[in-house]
Amino acid sequence: MVNITIDGKKVQVRADMTIMEAAAQCGIPIPKLCYLKGINEIAACRVCVVELEGKEKLITSCNNVVQEGMVLYTNSPKVRRHRKKTVELILSQHDCLCATCPRSGNCSLQKIANDLNILEVPFKQTLEHQAWNKNFPFIKRSEKCIKCMRCVQICEKVQGLGIWDVEGTGSRTTVNVAGHKTIEEADCSLCGQCITHCPVGALTERDDTEKVWDAIEDNEKIVVAQVAPAVRTAWGEELGLPPGQATIGRILDALKRMGVDYVFDTVFSADLTIMEEANEFVERFTKGEFKDRPMFTSCCPGWIRFIKSQYPHLVRYLSTAKSPQQMFGAVMKTYYAEKLGVSPDKIFTVSVMPCVAKKGESEMELYYEEYAGHDVDAVITTRELVKMIRSAHIKPEGLRDIESDRPMQDGTGAGVIFGATGGVMEAALRTAYYVIKGKNAPADAFRAVRSLGFNANDGVQEAEFKIDDIMVRTAAVSGLGNTRKLLDKIERGEVQYDFVEVMACPGGCVGGGGQPIHDGEERAFDRGRQLYYLDVNTNLRYSHENRDVLAMYETYFEKPNSHKAHMLLHTEHEKKKMK
Amino acid sequence: MSRLKIASPTRADIVMEGLYKDLERRIESSQPGLCPVDMARAFLELCYAQTCGKCVPCRIGLRQLEYLIQDVLDGKATMETLKLMEETALSIMDSADCAIGYEAANMVYKGLIGYRDDYVEHIKNGRCTCTTQQPVPCVSFCPAHVDIPGYIALVREGRYADAIRLIRKDNPFPTTCGFICDHPCEARCRRDMVDDAVNIRGLKRMAADFAGEVDPPECAPSTGKRVAIVGGGPGGLSAAYYLQLMGHQVTVYEMLPELGGMLRYGIPNYRLPKNRLEDDINAILKTGVQVKHGLKIGPDITIHELREQYDAVLISIGASADKKLGLENEDAEGVLSAVEFLRGVGKGEILDLTGKEVVVVGGGNVSMDAVRTAKRMGAKKVSILYRRRRYDMTALPAEVEGAIAEGIELQTLKAPASIDVGENHQIKGIYATPQMISLIKNGRASVKPTGEPDVYIPCDILIRAIGQDIETSHFEEAGIPVAHGKILTQNTGDFENMPGVFAGGDCASGPASAISAIAAAKVVAANIDEYLGYHHVISCDVEIPEANLEDRTPCGRVNMTEREACERICDFEGVENCMTENEAKQEASRCLRCDHFGYGIFKGGRNKIW
Repeated sequence: MVNITIDGKKVQVRADMTIMEAAAQCGIPIPKLCYLKGINEIAACRVCVVELEGKEKLITSCNNVVQEGMVLYTNSPKVRRHRKKTVELILSQHDCLCATCPRSGNCSLQKIANDLNILEVPFKQTLEHQAWNKNFPFIKRSEKCIKCMRCVQICEKVQGLGIWDVEGTGSRTTVNVAGHKTIEEADCSLCGQCITHCPVGALTERDDTEKVWDAIEDNEKIVVAQVAPAVRTAWGEELGLPPGQATIGRILDALKRMGVDYVFDTVFSADLTIMEEANEFVERFTKGEFKDRPMFTSCCPGWIRFIKSQYPHLVRYLSTAKSPQQMFGAVMKTYYAEKLGVSPDKIFTVSVMPCVAKKGESEMELYYEEYAGHDVDAVITTRELVKMIRSAHIKPEGLRDIESDRPMQDGTGAGVIFGATGGVMEAALRTAYYVIKGKNAPADAFRAVRSLGFNANDGVQEAEFKIDDIMVRTAAVSGLGNTRKLLDKIERGEVQYDFVEVMACPGGCVGGGGQPIHDGEERAFDRGRQLYYLDVNTNLRYSHENRDVLAMYETYFEKPNSHKAHMLLHTEHEKKKMK
Repeated sequence: MSRLKIASPTRADIVMEGLYKDLERRIESSQPGLCPVDMARAFLELCYAQTCGKCVPCRIGLRQLEYLIQDVLDGKATMETLKLMEETALSIMDSADCAIGYEAANMVYKGLIGYRDDYVEHIKNGRCTCTTQQPVPCVSFCPAHVDIPGYIALVREGRYADAIRLIRKDNPFPTTCGFICDHPCEARCRRDMVDDAVNIRGLKRMAADFAGEVDPPECAPSTGKRVAIVGGGPGGLSAAYYLQLMGHQVTVYEMLPELGGMLRYGIPNYRLPKNRLEDDINAILKTGVQVKHGLKIGPDITIHELREQYDAVLISIGASADKKLGLENEDAEGVLSAVEFLRGVGKGEILDLTGKEVVVVGGGNVSMDAVRTAKRMGAKKVSILYRRRRYDMTALPAEVEGAIAEGIELQTLKAPASIDVGENHQIKGIYATPQMISLIKNGRASVKPTGEPDVYIPCDILIRAIGQDIETSHFEEAGIPVAHGKILTQNTGDFENMPGVFAGGDCASGPASAISAIAAAKVVAANIDEYLGYHHVISCDVEIPEANLEDRTPCGRVNMTEREACERICDFEGVENCMTENEAKQEASRCLRCDHFGYGIFKGGRNKIW
């Protein structure tokens, strides 16, 4: 412990604390912009400067630790003067058209500028213009980039890809796609973690809400929507709804009020995915296909892009099951179209996802069918859903908790937990056990695959389960940097598994790149807990007990992994083919 | 009425003089990797601020050139712009009235030719391929990438043993390098932007002198793999050290009676006391290195035999064959190579040169070692014979100064012409052709004869110190590629068609510094480990102190002091004195901690493992 004085207050703090942490402990939140704990502690923005008594030069509080006897001022006239000047300089290279910025109201720069009472910028404004393909699933606006380097760091340190890098030298130094590539050429996973960690509006998903509005307006189209499990944990955050009220039912109601014709919960197709994937696993496992390498889950499109570009030789170990989004899209344009008695091309499928990579996934050639176009016609993120609700001036508190439409209404707890790391594995094991034994294990028998905390144990949760005399060795990993480490261990033979679940975003889809943004906070673990709470409190907790899924097999697909199921619900990913 | 006035500088003049010095130092400490086009723009701005404004080409032309470069940088230029720039630069070069104009244009022109690719990249692709490299200048410029800010911070806290441990992560010769490293780390020290580079080598010496005996870290569990290293110099021993730490068993083959290579048999005791060299070697041997003395590669044991007996072989034989002057009578009695001469001293064969006159040919560090050694052997007169000027000598300036202080004569601008021999084929003297300095070629001033008659310098001993090669015949026979007096490896230290054989150090790079050999040893050690099928990493668990937050008030650099010249020439004891603890603390505090401040904290600031 050391004794320091902050803003006249004498305090004792741990000796390894940064000045910023020590100040926070005394109730003084020092403003910051580039800082991201453990990821970007590079003291670049200089907003967090403080004055150290006896020293001429200001020091940054984010990356300097306290020392015995320090007397610090976090808000002296000198600090205020310089901090304000620094922010004015940042604003001189930032496109300040806040009214048209998707991050307005949730922008760290806007907040700091407002807090510092900056009413005009005394400098000449110079904006950088980099070319960008507006059709790419996410958009970079270099006019808004403040070069805080967070995207560079999150991609390299957390996601292990290094898509972003510093480019150029001198005052022209900027952030761009690494290796002088275009974003299309880069091995970007589309995870969107750079978006959720951008303090301003320089990185955003491509806006697809207008496409959905257009479909709603088109009388020829029947708009059918699905909402992914993780969306329910986060959409209320931006609308001020507490978790108890921010239910899937209210999202479905909001969609109906906007004019969507039929609404479904992706949990249904998550159960369908489990039926296919668990049966596939048992079959391939029994055949001995996973002696060298495990079977990998295939529902996360960020992971799919990652394995294709980084470990192409492992692509053949992916489950062939499509993701729940794609399965639901395919089912909507076949089974459901038949039910409605309409031609598939009349159906416009929309999915609401916590994810940016889902936009890319829906556009893949693999998912284009002759008869109906893409399985999924538009993907919007949780953030875009919130925008649409606001745009439709729907008062969230007035929404009703409605059920999804029939006949794809059932959803089990197993499907719900798909949104959290370990969830797909746990759901699959519940059903695989049933496939092998012909009876259910207790629903919580496989909870050992659940993560113990955000990025706990480097994002990897290992577990072994004995089913009769068969030992199934599993691992669930989230975060692509963690994934790379795990795959390298598998490749070196240091660890052996039969079944591995991978989710690209730390914590799983709940921490997805399409979720609401809270600068400096990682909410994935808490959101995941909501999903586990929902699972415990549902009557159905096994995908193979989903009555509507069973009915669909009976009348349409016959059985899991049938020929028809293979045609519609499975796919073969090819090495390196990203589109 | 007064007709004339005494000129005195104005306040602005004085301040500007100071700023010019600041700018000079700033340019000297520029980090590499900067965009050359942007730098050309910046230089040009300085140049046109210097124009007197009288003449059109300089007053207007330079400004117009700057607009054109600006267009290039802004992505508004075409290839036509480049053509116009070239024509304009040439026009200014040929038509400006004075150097302010034509030299400025020449700078632009040189860039247009020299880094045309960068201009084209900006024009065609609207981007710059340059990125800031080497965020921590000292670490980047140290060939072995020693964690310099780290150990300086440790010295500042008096944690000398920890400093030695940290240095050894990248360099197992901390003591040796504390004495004789040519410290490329200091060349771009960012502190030079404030006042002067940090005395990094001096601080390393400080750590070495005050640390006491520091044991090497534990070796990794034995892998059962065996590696032969041919040559026990700094390269071979460094590789041996790291391979032992990685768990492999190393056997070093050394043809001479003791280990150390050029450090023992090339560098005189007064620069690197042998007992201090032993400190490093002993620590290396503590890792379990086995040594076989007296076997020479080729005559005694062949590469092929070693390949059969070991899992991997490293050739690090150094470069100890000398280059010849190419003069008649070079085989005369009394003519010897610096390598032989110094090796003899290293073996303890101290000749008595009392009353003798010695001439050493060459202006490098080896030449300085030879003259200062001859002086200590009692020679009456010792001279350096050098073709160029003192300024052009490749020896470290401090070595040249040391030699002069010890009474060495400099015979510069004299090229050896012929050797005069007497009875018994004994040398009597050397004729040298007077030279004058001439045009600058490839950045270095050339010389040409003045036309005056040759001068005669009588001497009893003539020592050649004009460079070294390796003895290549055995390697060529063994199928190892050799050219220009060195072994040709790939940049990974191995050979395309000879798996398991590696080479590094002077024998592969040509004569270079100890730290370069150590750097090469790291590369080959890592690659031998990979070749053997492992991925051991070398790390150090010493915790590095937090950066100090002092204001960076300008402060002079602590330089090393030396024993009095008249006293030191009487013995072979060390010449240089260590800093005091007070001096070391102050000097260490001058470090700007580029690992914490600046780009280093973002990228590349500290490599904890390799």
